[in-house]
Amino acid sequence: MTKVKTQSLQKKGSDLAQSNRQLEILSNGIFKSGELPTFKDKISETSQFPLKAKKLEILQINVGYMCNQVCDHCHVDAGPDRKEIMTRETMRQCLDVIKNSGAHTLDLTGGAPEMNPDFRWFVEEAAKVGIKDFIVRSNLTIIRANKKYYDLPEFFKKHNVHVVSSMPHWTKGKTDKQRGDGVFAKSIKALQELNAVGYGMPGSALKLDLVYNPSGAFLPGDQAAMEKDFKKALMEDFGIEFHNLFAITNLPIARFLDFLIASENYEDYMYQLVEAYNPSAVTNVMCTNTLSISWDGYLFDCDFNQMLELPVNSKSKHISKFNEELLEGRNIVISQHCYGCTAGAGSSCQGVVA
Amino acid sequence: MSKTYYDPADLRKFGNITEWNEELGNKFFEYYGKVFEEGALTAREKSLIALAVAHTEQCPYCIDAYTKDGLQKGVTKEEMMEAIHVGAAIKSGATLVHGVQMMNKVNKLDG
Ligand code: SF4
Ligand code: SF4
Repeated sequence: MTKVKTQSLQKKGSDLAQSNRQLEILSNGIFKSGELPTFKDKISETSQFPLKAKKLEILQINVGYMCNQVCDHCHVDAGPDRKEIMTRETMRQCLDVIKNSGAHTLDLTGGAPEMNPDFRWFVEEAAKVGIKDFIVRSNLTIIRANKKYYDLPEFFKKHNVHVVSSMPHWTKGKTDKQRGDGVFAKSIKALQELNAVGYGMPGSALKLDLVYNPSGAFLPGDQAAMEKDFKKALMEDFGIEFHNLFAITNLPIARFLDFLIASENYEDYMYQLVEAYNPSAVTNVMCTNTLSISWDGYLFDCDFNQMLELPVNSKSKHISKFNEELLEGRNIVISQHCYGCTAGAGSSCQGVVA
Repeated sequence: MSKTYYDPADLRKFGNITEWNEELGNKFFEYYGKVFEEGALTAREKSLIALAVAHTEQCPYCIDAYTKDGLQKGVTKEEMMEAIHVGAAIKSGATLVHGVQMMNKVNKLDG
């Protein structure tokens, strides 16, 4: 049975809305007792501790936690009730950094980034900088949520934005279970509209990629095989085209952690992650070439650390004091959630890493 | 909780069977891994076959393992249930086809 999803953990006043409560859970229990090795111990086995940031390639900016959806697994604990929104002033500071940094990719995320009132202004300004790959993570349903968003496909096209969208499955049942009633139908319609303006078509420069993450307490399957299945089903059933599929592992934080605990899957899931640990994925984990900027301008190793409120281990902590040299070579702040990035073929916002 | 013959946590220890006979254990796991690689059948098709056989064999470990494996491969619950019915149909068919043996025997003994 599907359900209408309405509130974030924060709004519900849940214990798990607190990042320190999440960090406590991730450090205690099976990790404290030594039943499973901590992430630090695990990467130390192959002399990969401390994990260090390399040259900055990707700036991921979270423009706010507000979202039109309230998906089960959301690591942001996003929803319509979240009020954290990046101001134009912080966006200006981000633009300065984009202009001057060596990063080749700009990645806008949220929440639903389009819900930020200054989103379009920011995209227009950022597009002028001429960054090589300009990504917007769009949840698809936003395009159909309200008239004011109907022209988003055209807007994205105008600014040559690379659209990356989540799609949990090629069937309605599995999609709506995870993301809420009606999400599948709206997502299909949005994908067709993106296709109609040229997004995702074979050979098209307008890139449309999909993100798949599992709907429950299991790891994603082989990315290439999943891509094949998605392509076949979306084409046969709806005539939809897209470029690549990124298979992303759910990290045990925020709403996914809440689900794991409530469904008594937490320990088993952590076992799965640790058993699937792949040391060669460690070399390329996302935080080694990415910097995440929060709605209020603070710097983090990744969007997950942002949600856990684990700031970068550097003197350059805020966009207003951004210093690429200082940030390069910093020690990455880790905890047991990091196992989500190193399971199997690894996982990042760009899919597998190993 | 009362002790049972099956403990879900034992599945994680499956690999330990090599401890008491390394050569045969390793050979088995090597073979097992090879069987499930993508071949003439896709890994997804193999997973569904494994799920059906897990049920006919009524192995709780295999049922857990291949339900999860199916989910990982994007298999839907409808596909899983259909696969199990295939297993069940073969099981019941195999039972019922022996009815012919019974009938033969009755006819022979009781004219
Ligand atoms: S997963 Fe994405 S679309 Fe879903 S609630 Fe979170 S931010 Fe919104
Ligand atoms: S969770 Fe963040 S800090 Fe940890 S390995 Fe993944 S990207 Fe790096």
